[in-house]
Amino acid sequence: MVYANFLLMKEEVSLVAVIVILLVYDIFGSQKSLKYFQPIACVLVGIHTLLNLSPNIEITAFGGMYHNVPMGSVMKTILNIGTLLVFMQANNWLASERTIIRRGEFYMITLATLLGMYFMISAGNFLMFFIGLETASIPMATLAAFDKYKQKSAEAGAKYILTAVFASGLSLYGISLIYGTTGTLYFEDIPAGITGSPIQLMAFVFFFVGLGFKLSLVPFHQWTPDVYEGAPTSVTAYLSVISKGSAAFVLMAILYKVFAPLVYEWQSILYWVIIATITLANLFALRQQNLKRFFAYSSISQAGYIMLGVISGTAMGMTGLVYYVLVYMLSNLAAFGVIAIVEHRSGKITIDDYNGLYCTNPRLSFVMMITLFSLAGIPPFAGFFSKFFIFAAAAQQGYYVLVFIALVNTIVSLYYYLRVVKAMFINKSEIPIESFRSDGYTRISLLACSAGILGVGVLSIVYESIGTFSFGM
Amino acid sequence: MELHMEYYLVISTIMLFAGIYGFITRRNLLAVLISIELILNSVDINFAVFNRYLFPEQMEGFFFTLFAIGVSACETAVAIAIIINIYRNIRNIQVKNLSEMKH
Repeated sequence: MVYANFLLMKEEVSLVAVIVILLVYDIFGSQKSLKYFQPIACVLVGIHTLLNLSPNIEITAFGGMYHNVPMGSVMKTILNIGTLLVFMQANNWLASERTIIRRGEFYMITLATLLGMYFMISAGNFLMFFIGLETASIPMATLAAFDKYKQKSAEAGAKYILTAVFASGLSLYGISLIYGTTGTLYFEDIPAGITGSPIQLMAFVFFFVGLGFKLSLVPFHQWTPDVYEGAPTSVTAYLSVISKGSAAFVLMAILYKVFAPLVYEWQSILYWVIIATITLANLFALRQQNLKRFFAYSSISQAGYIMLGVISGTAMGMTGLVYYVLVYMLSNLAAFGVIAIVEHRSGKITIDDYNGLYCTNPRLSFVMMITLFSLAGIPPFAGFFSKFFIFAAAAQQGYYVLVFIALVNTIVSLYYYLRVVKAMFINKSEIPIESFRSDGYTRISLLACSAGILGVGVLSIVYESIGTFSFGM
Repeated sequence: MELHMEYYLVISTIMLFAGIYGFITRRNLLAVLISIELILNSVDINFAVFNRYLFPEQMEGFFFTLFAIGVSACETAVAIAIIINIYRNIRNIQVKNLSEMKH
């Protein structure tokens, strides 16, 4: 074994270093110094993000087990920024009486799942991919069950771990059949052995089901609303953005790389899955009252839009997907930031509770408004551009009917996103949420998200610079 | 005389579908967990058998089995911890009582 290989994996190594530093600090730090846990965690993750900002060249280490492409590094940077924003919003909840003793664990477990996603993104072998997938999903269940004394949280944890492991079991069965028919687990060697025999099609379907669960595409989405509602709000934010974004990227990488010979089969499966995902999730979102459930259905339908980038199978689709994940991340984290702070200060979580929020908390309502506009895809905001690019990528490949259905669904989604805006700005309330000042970290993170929503779309350099890295896989 | 590969594959397939059936129909969280273990074990059998019969010159399948066993042990540990937490909250582990959240 060549230990110098570790030096090539600089993103993973620096993340492990962050985790170890935080672990040592959490164990040996005095009670007084632990007060500064959040700022230190944020600074460390910030340094880690900055250190890995320049995309790696293509790297193969450990005999092909680890294979990183420049686009993977871009994706990792996006995930880093998202994690940093989640950390900035988490402290309000973590500093409460019951969780303060376990404060350090939140940061470490979250970073451990992030490490799993890194390995998933730059896997070159199904064994590596599987270990990354499990490292990303098992600790996530403990995060969902973090509020030990709340029944909802424990329920969310149980539902998450049982469905996640069920899904990865099915996925594994698919992988075992692929191994049986091709004799290898390396991504590079598998395409040569894929002939499209029935058993390989079955293997592909099993595999796809596993990742479909993780992405919550429609026939496999049942766990999403319950877990999103039950988990603590910061964890929900992390789950809806980071976990979903990495799974989307990995699904795309594996479909392009490993299942390239089955391209007609997976495109036709994906076609119907996308239609079902966008339409059903939108219809369910119409009747939600709880905001976290509402955003769960919204995130399911957004996953359908993300899959439009995968189905096109071109460099433009890949760029569109990564760009969409970036914009979706900024919008969703802003929304969950507002939900988390309102929930923390007033305990209110349904749409009706937000009636008249504009009168008492104008700035929060404004952030929520541009977020919802961005998610719905209204022009000056980044969400419009991300939808535009991903639709263009799919239309370029001739999926006109699919794009049309997606467009109709955008209009439907506008209705329910605007319902929240209407509640905040137009509806009157007898007992509005009283006015409060949020803490500095939350304000900075919301400001950063808003700036991103306003800026990322207009500054074309973001899209172009992501585009220069596409297709190295 | 050596057993044919098909016998093992039939067993693993039966285990897989028994696991899926159990996952959907069982009413106790521990039984659901056991069903999931059945699925994971059927995968282990598959890997070991494919490796032994089809590709005996390499060890990829055996190693995958080892890792899969380790990971499924982790998963069981976390799942049982969460189930204990549920027991502390509602004093039983029946699936039908996990219905606080409904649309």
